[in-house]
Amino acid sequence: MTRVLVPAGALGLGFDQDALDRGVAMKPDIIAIDGGSTDSGPAYLGRGVSKYSTASTKAEWAKLIDAQQKAQCPLVIGTAGTCGANSTVDWLFEITCEILAERNATAKIVRLYSQQPADRIITALDNGTLTPLAGAPHIDATVIGACSNIVALAGAEQIQAALAVHPDIIIAGRTTDTAIISALPLLNGDNAGAAWHGAKIAECGALCSTHPMSGVVMVDFDATGFTIEPLSAGAICTPETVSAHMLYENTDPFCLYEPGGYLDVTGAQYIQHTDTAVRVEGSVWTRTDPYTVKLEGARCAGFQTVSIATLRDRRYVENSTAWCADIISRLRHDIAQRTKLNDGEYHIELRQIGRDSTLGALETDHTTPAEVGIMGIITTQTQAQSTEIAKMLNPYLLHHPLTPDEPMPTFAFPFSPPEMERGPIYEFCLNHIMAIQDPMSCFEMVVTHV
Amino acid sequence: MSNLGDHVTKIRSKNAGPFWVTIDIFCGSTETYAWCCGILDTNAVAALYQTPAKDVLRFDIAALNVIKFSFPRPTIQGALQDRDMHGAAWATLLETLEVERS
Repeated sequence: MTRVLVPAGALGLGFDQDALDRGVAMKPDIIAIDGGSTDSGPAYLGRGVSKYSTASTKAEWAKLIDAQQKAQCPLVIGTAGTCGANSTVDWLFEITCEILAERNATAKIVRLYSQQPADRIITALDNGTLTPLAGAPHIDATVIGACSNIVALAGAEQIQAALAVHPDIIIAGRTTDTAIISALPLLNGDNAGAAWHGAKIAECGALCSTHPMSGVVMVDFDATGFTIEPLSAGAICTPETVSAHMLYENTDPFCLYEPGGYLDVTGAQYIQHTDTAVRVEGSVWTRTDPYTVKLEGARCAGFQTVSIATLRDRRYVENSTAWCADIISRLRHDIAQRTKLNDGEYHIELRQIGRDSTLGALETDHTTPAEVGIMGIITTQTQAQSTEIAKMLNPYLLHHPLTPDEPMPTFAFPFSPPEMERGPIYEFCLNHIMAIQDPMSCFEMVVTHV
Repeated sequence: MSNLGDHVTKIRSKNAGPFWVTIDIFCGSTETYAWCCGILDTNAVAALYQTPAKDVLRFDIAALNVIKFSFPRPTIQGALQDRDMHGAAWATLLETLEVERS
């Protein structure tokens, strides 16, 4: 049997300290928490930085290190620093060293690196060991070479390799959300289907319970299944809350692909085990050959400058779509006359907040709002050019009349200057799996005594 | 006429990775689930999201009284034309879908 304590769905989301203390007292075999996801967009992987603040991360991570020292079991974090690039693994390692120094404590730390050199991926493309998944964009050596960071998602095998050196703390780069939870049960010979299924249910912490924000859950894995229980006072797992979690962020709620195989939960039975815990049996793990890892990559897609003005005048609000179209057309003319940029070298958009800025062409509500925010989004290959065009847009956002024969209007600007430089923007450009001979062949471990 | 959202417990949408979006309709009861299964035509849902019906995966899950749709994101998450980084607002299109229930 293996007991896994999951403090929260991700480091940075907060957790119930009382529940965590309760979990530590129950003597877990490992404490496992996720540190990231692609969910907040490509900029984090593109830049190789964390979404959460250093101070908040340190405050929460310190509590988990305290829990680890009390429980005397390994603490593992997957996808450290949102994106799991080498830079964010090292960022969390530095934070860890600071925390240990402040406590006058020591620890054996494994850093597991998931970042991939572009050359390796280009070679895989040439060798035919790269396979696109559904919806994958077209790639070639140029696209791969342009990625600022490429990571491979580690599975259970790589976490097990880190566990084999008997560390106190594992700081892993990109891993699947489930691998950090399934690794030890699989190593201990618990039921493989249960190991992956329980890991998927627990990967978002208490989201599989009636108190989704409380964070802490305990999962017991054994030879035939797993039992999951939320540890916050009042929180309950029911067969429905647990099975419904297979829906969450999953394309297929019955089938989950992982490095080295796939999980099928079609035959799973969910039974209320105690007042708060649910027992699950019947999920099946099938190994696949060859062993594959999924890749993620992000590349720079230009530099952006954004300007915002707001329309409150009724007539302008009613006619904002035509007003925007007229401005775009005049701006395109100005750009052609006054700059050396060709049509294909810039992208301009006036997104109308209050009208259809969220859903775009899909919007079905066409009632007239009280006001419309006009968000000018300018993208070119340099920051200077984007800001230059945003400044050419400025007079229109300030004074452009709907008709030539009316008094000059003036619109609301929330800021001076209105131009906001967003810096480089990024795009995801890999949705591929790579076949590898040995699971550790494209991951690296560094062991440090701190 | 009423909106689908008035009849069910919850409708949520979310990214399933940067390239897919998934929408879960929690019907709340077996009666509502059976009714939803009957009135929700996959082709109509595909049209609502302006996506080819052949790309829409549908799961009718009686055990949970849930209907789930998954399809490739109309724009890759975070791409220049993307308007909703988490894909969370797409659920509103189904919530406000006009339906008739006797």
